[in-house]
Amino acid sequence: MAKLVAGMGTSHVPGVGAAMDNGKTDEPYWAELFGGFAPLRAWHAENVPDVTIIVFNDHATSMALNHYSTFMMGVAESFQPADEGWGPRKVPVVEGHPELAWHLVESLILDEFDMAVTADFDVDHGLTVPMSIAYDQPDVWPTKVIPLCVNVIQHPQPTALRCYKLGQAIRRAVDSFPEDITVGIWGTGGLSHQLGGERAGVVNPDFDRMFLDNLVNDPVANTRLTHTDFIREAGAEGIEMIMWNVMRGALDEKVREVYRLYHIPVSATAYGAIILENE
Amino acid sequence: MISRDYDDVPGTYVLDSRSYRKGYHLNMFCMSLNKAECREEFARDEMAYLQKFPMTDEQRQAVLDRDYIRLLQLGANVYYTFKIVSHDRQPPQVMYGKMSSPPMSFEEFQEMMINGGRPIDGNRSKKESGNG
Ligand SMILES: [Fe+2]
Repeated sequence: MAKLVAGMGTSHVPGVGAAMDNGKTDEPYWAELFGGFAPLRAWHAENVPDVTIIVFNDHATSMALNHYSTFMMGVAESFQPADEGWGPRKVPVVEGHPELAWHLVESLILDEFDMAVTADFDVDHGLTVPMSIAYDQPDVWPTKVIPLCVNVIQHPQPTALRCYKLGQAIRRAVDSFPEDITVGIWGTGGLSHQLGGERAGVVNPDFDRMFLDNLVNDPVANTRLTHTDFIREAGAEGIEMIMWNVMRGALDEKVREVYRLYHIPVSATAYGAIILENE
Repeated sequence: MISRDYDDVPGTYVLDSRSYRKGYHLNMFCMSLNKAECREEFARDEMAYLQKFPMTDEQRQAVLDRDYIRLLQLGANVYYTFKIVSHDRQPPQVMYGKMSSPPMSFEEFQEMMINGGRPIDGNRSKKESGNG
């Protein structure tokens, strides 16, 4: 049977990808952050699952106001890096896993989670930057990927609780997949940040620390946060943190924190990463 | 119009049904800049390209002026205006600084972030920040 082994949460700031793509990671602005990536990458090098479910959001790239869905599963054989306005990132094509993706879709819908489905979706920094953070610059990505795209831009986003419950339903689906494969799950985005408005640049380390601590020991506490809690305390774009709840919901009740990284600033963002293993 | 509890958060523009409707064509113009051929056409004659979208004149002028805070007030969302600042080959901090109150240069915004970012204290609610 398939086995869900571990989860990662990470911000997906486009600047991190740009710094790597343009060879700037040794510059003083970036050096400390990339130093912090070293242990994270060492863990990933030792723990490559067969398939990784990446919970991310599209940023007005492949989905926009004319068509969007709350939860969408990518079932294609592969996904191209998207042109987000400055040409596609020169990173490997993302290989999908249609068989597990379709099993997830079928299992989730019968479990009352009505997923939208796409077989034609270019993936933006929300997905490719976490890949670069975990695996640096390989010729081929070492894991197959199932993109799970969440609307976090158009209000109302799914609730923090709904995201957690979706994670639990994903776990039930993975547990019932008959092939002997290992599966990882990543929640991406956040942590506290606000990009738009007169309050741009607001960050909240106390809120982020509370969220990360709860993620490890009391994940249900993070499901009680409302949209306005996120907007007010973590910045309008900080609401991306709900995607970490999907990841956490798919893990065991008790998890082991393997690594944590927190750094201000990355662009206008508080960068955070955490690796959690099932006990 | 139905008020929302987050309306009390200062200096913050949430993309909800109100801004969705007000900014729909403005945002779809921004979105079009994902395509290289559209970026070229926009670069050749900005106003002519903007005329192809059923936006208001005020929205068109705010694009020409790169008046980012005005764009948000007119219904744009920052993930969409990101496409304009990328088209201009500028780092996003240029846009964040211009939107800030008071406005900041790229360097000033960058320095604020390096020094720990804009503090949350005093910025949670309009009552607290005193600029309701
Ligand atoms: Fe994002």
